[in-house]
Amino acid sequence: MTALLWGIIHTWLVVGFAPFITGLVRLVKARLQGRRGPALVQPYRDLWRLLQKESLMAESASWLAHLAPYLVFVAVWLAATIMPTFTTDMILTPAADLIALVALLGLARFFTALAGLDVGTPFGGLGASREMFIASLGEPAMLMVIFTLSLLAHTTSPANLVIFVLAGNVGLEVSVGLSLAAMLMVAIAENGRIPIDNPATHLELTMVHEAMVLEYSGRHLALMEAAAMTRLLLFMSIIVCVFFPWGIAAAEASLAEVALGLLAWVVKVSILAVVLAVFETLIAKMRVFRIADFLGGALLLALLATIFLYVSKAE
Amino acid sequence: MIVGSALVSLLALALSAILFQKVRIAHALTYAGCCVVCLVLVGDGLNHMLWGAGDGVPTLVLPFGLPWMKAHFRLDALSSFFLVAINFPAALCSLFGIGYGDHAPEPGRVTPLFPLFLFGMNGVLIADDAFVFLVSWEFMSLTSWLLVLSNHKNAEARHAASVYLIMAVFGTFCLLAAFGLMAGSAGAYGFAQMRAASLPPLAGGLVVALTLLGAGSKAGLVPLHAWLPLAHPAAPSHVSALMSGVMTKVAIYGLIRILFDLHDDVGWGWGAVMMVMGGISAVMGVFYALMQRDLKAVLAYSTVENVGIIVIALGLAAAFRDYGEAYLSALALVAALYHVVNHALFKSLLFMGAGAVQMATGERRLDRLGGLLNRMPVTGLTVLIGSAAISALPPLNGFVSEWLVFQALFKGPTVEHWAMRFLVPVVGVLMALAAAFAASCFVRAYGIAFLGRPRSDQARAAVEVPPSMQVAMAVPAFLCLCLGVFPVMVTGFIATVVEPLAKVKLPAAMLGWPWLSPVSATAGSYSATLVLLTGVALMITTILVVHHFGTRKVRRVPAWDCGHREVIANAQYSADSFSQPLRRVFGSSIFQAHEKVEMPPPGDTSPARFSLSMVDPVWDILYAGVIRTVGYIADRLNRLQFLTVRQYLLMMFMTLVLMLLIVAARQP
Repeated sequence: MTALLWGIIHTWLVVGFAPFITGLVRLVKARLQGRRGPALVQPYRDLWRLLQKESLMAESASWLAHLAPYLVFVAVWLAATIMPTFTTDMILTPAADLIALVALLGLARFFTALAGLDVGTPFGGLGASREMFIASLGEPAMLMVIFTLSLLAHTTSPANLVIFVLAGNVGLEVSVGLSLAAMLMVAIAENGRIPIDNPATHLELTMVHEAMVLEYSGRHLALMEAAAMTRLLLFMSIIVCVFFPWGIAAAEASLAEVALGLLAWVVKVSILAVVLAVFETLIAKMRVFRIADFLGGALLLALLATIFLYVSKAE
Repeated sequence: MIVGSALVSLLALALSAILFQKVRIAHALTYAGCCVVCLVLVGDGLNHMLWGAGDGVPTLVLPFGLPWMKAHFRLDALSSFFLVAINFPAALCSLFGIGYGDHAPEPGRVTPLFPLFLFGMNGVLIADDAFVFLVSWEFMSLTSWLLVLSNHKNAEARHAASVYLIMAVFGTFCLLAAFGLMAGSAGAYGFAQMRAASLPPLAGGLVVALTLLGAGSKAGLVPLHAWLPLAHPAAPSHVSALMSGVMTKVAIYGLIRILFDLHDDVGWGWGAVMMVMGGISAVMGVFYALMQRDLKAVLAYSTVENVGIIVIALGLAAAFRDYGEAYLSALALVAALYHVVNHALFKSLLFMGAGAVQMATGERRLDRLGGLLNRMPVTGLTVLIGSAAISALPPLNGFVSEWLVFQALFKGPTVEHWAMRFLVPVVGVLMALAAAFAASCFVRAYGIAFLGRPRSDQARAAVEVPPSMQVAMAVPAFLCLCLGVFPVMVTGFIATVVEPLAKVKLPAAMLGWPWLSPVSATAGSYSATLVLLTGVALMITTILVVHHFGTRKVRRVPAWDCGHREVIANAQYSADSFSQPLRRVFGSSIFQAHEKVEMPPPGDTSPARFSLSMVDPVWDILYAGVIRTVGYIADRLNRLQFLTVRQYLLMMFMTLVLMLLIVAARQP
């Protein structure tokens, strides 16, 4: 019964809290750049405003362009629902594991890229091509991280993984460190953050994600934006909940423990958001073809993490 | 009995198609007949799989074949499973052929061979001795070779057919040798005797190697794949669908039959070899698919990828079995067989879609298509589902089987051998790369062909294909969804098929309702039904919220495109430009991808040109030399056709003397 309750709260929380995190990153970045920056609630206002506006759809667009924002948003939301955040006792966590989570994000990407190609503009094609290129390296790296973790914990289920790490079964392992590094790199790439892509860019040949959603407006754009925000929060949740799971309430925890877990999650994710803002301010965007080196590095780190697991555990 | 009469009626259909070649309706009737026969075979296979377990394995001995033995047939669980997996897509291809058959350049060269091709494939499945197996195998190869050659006025098709013929003969030859080794000097060609026999290690290793070469070349494993992307697209589309979706599965059946049933003593080392071959096939196949400009060539190369994934799972199963991990071995086999069913479904669907596109536009080149989703809604939707399924996206079927393979692969390090432990992560990377590339590949193929604006007048004038063809595509698309959402219905059946091979019964709970948790209860689970239901609930919520708080208004305007107002359709991203980043990163070293831009100097009015060249290293290293040698020998031997009777007699006499000498030398 509690699992159902926490599940429902969690489902709404990941969507409701996501714009706040995006707002936080924007605000911290603005302050670091010497600007006052928008209010923390500005992303909420933006989404609301977009919802009210009528949607302009290109004449050459097919029904796929109408459907894609809904599918993309739901796929990301579903993925976010699977990953436990403040308690491991959630109804939907056994329904899918981390491989399925990666695949759901893949589904979202598939339809975003198709939407980019649908109108038939050069920018849309450019964004779709580059997004799929980035994903071709990022997704394997993430799967390898999952492989390493599953070898350690003997599970690909996110809840069981968190329980395993919480129980203190994982000491300071080289593999975990390498996995964390690879995971951070993948998270940066998948969310289109600097140095891979610039979420603030417009009207430039450098953009990837923005180029794909260029033709969208109104509620369709709102959904695409909300999906991007939710995805950012999801990746942050994966990182803090798998690698720093302290505070997460276990099954049959008391109300206070769950509240503590919730607080811990909010604090951890907010810290990560500030770290992201600082990182983005410090670093410059890289050329498109350097991305292969960056993500190839992530893939190799993840592979090394798996192999070190045997070296360190050689009996 | 049912199978026998079905096969005889296939022969009758072929005969009638030859006799009534001139009558137009005869073609449609032949395909309709094939469709019915295939459905009967599906029904019979299902019947044996579901209810036939109690009354033993039906066998049949017919008085023909080699003089000292008769022809043996047998329909066990594995055969019945493949009977279903193969004949169902074949029935759909036949249905598609009713509308499409006349569209082929020379239907008279296709229709009679179509039932014969089906006959050959089914013969392989029910064979119970090496002779019937090989004859059917060769029958299948030769009929498909003739089908590839049906468009014989096209030089490319002729080239494809000649390469295919060489590879097919090579493959059958390897299988012949493998069976010969298994039969031993006593000539025990029955499968029952082979099962009972045990081989010395060297001969056993040779059998595995020869089987991998023989069946692997038919399935399209790298480095034996080079014929496949040439031959599959050259045939008419419904035949391409059969060759790619179905015939490769017969080859997989051959692999499983020999390596897991007849000669079930395959060491983990050979499992590792299979995993490496599969991994390389998966990555190279899909990478090549990503570079192709021809829609059907994309699909053919993607077959290489999917066969690779199946072989990875088979290799894992062999390795697990060698280490006594019977459950994991059974799990890997279930994953492989699930992918067999899935690939047969979506690859047939996609090839039929390519056929529909070709019928509507007369084009297969991606850069001449575009905007077809608006013009061909049913084809567009079904191909979209097929593309998502082959890209392993939930909640469709491709994801379930790849998920099972990944689950099995993640358990690979259970085999406690250092080589295996280092190999498994590497194969994992290869498979993950293949999965990610596949998504890119099908975004590209679908996006360029079906989305955007039409790039040619033919694409602009495209109209939807006739209803029978729409049905033939809609059924597999629907099944892709069903097999993705209710995998537990299928895994149960497959587990019973695997049972005699793995000699262990997978507990129903592992593959059962409500979620698949194949390895153990805590090791990760996937419930497709629950995922879909949650997804639907979230979708309804989203729609309600968005439409309640927002406006539903949509206004049609010209595309914005950052204010560029692009009107030239060719300014859209093309197939080559889409794959450019990946080509630059991965293609420059292995495939020697080379881009050349010729820009005329200012003032010169000649057009600028962009050209792109790529090579298949396997082709250069392995094939070019072999084909040149075979051609050279064939030219020399051609002289033998024009000798006098005396010379022929002399040659026969010399041969006889030589044989006698050999026999004499072997006598103690």
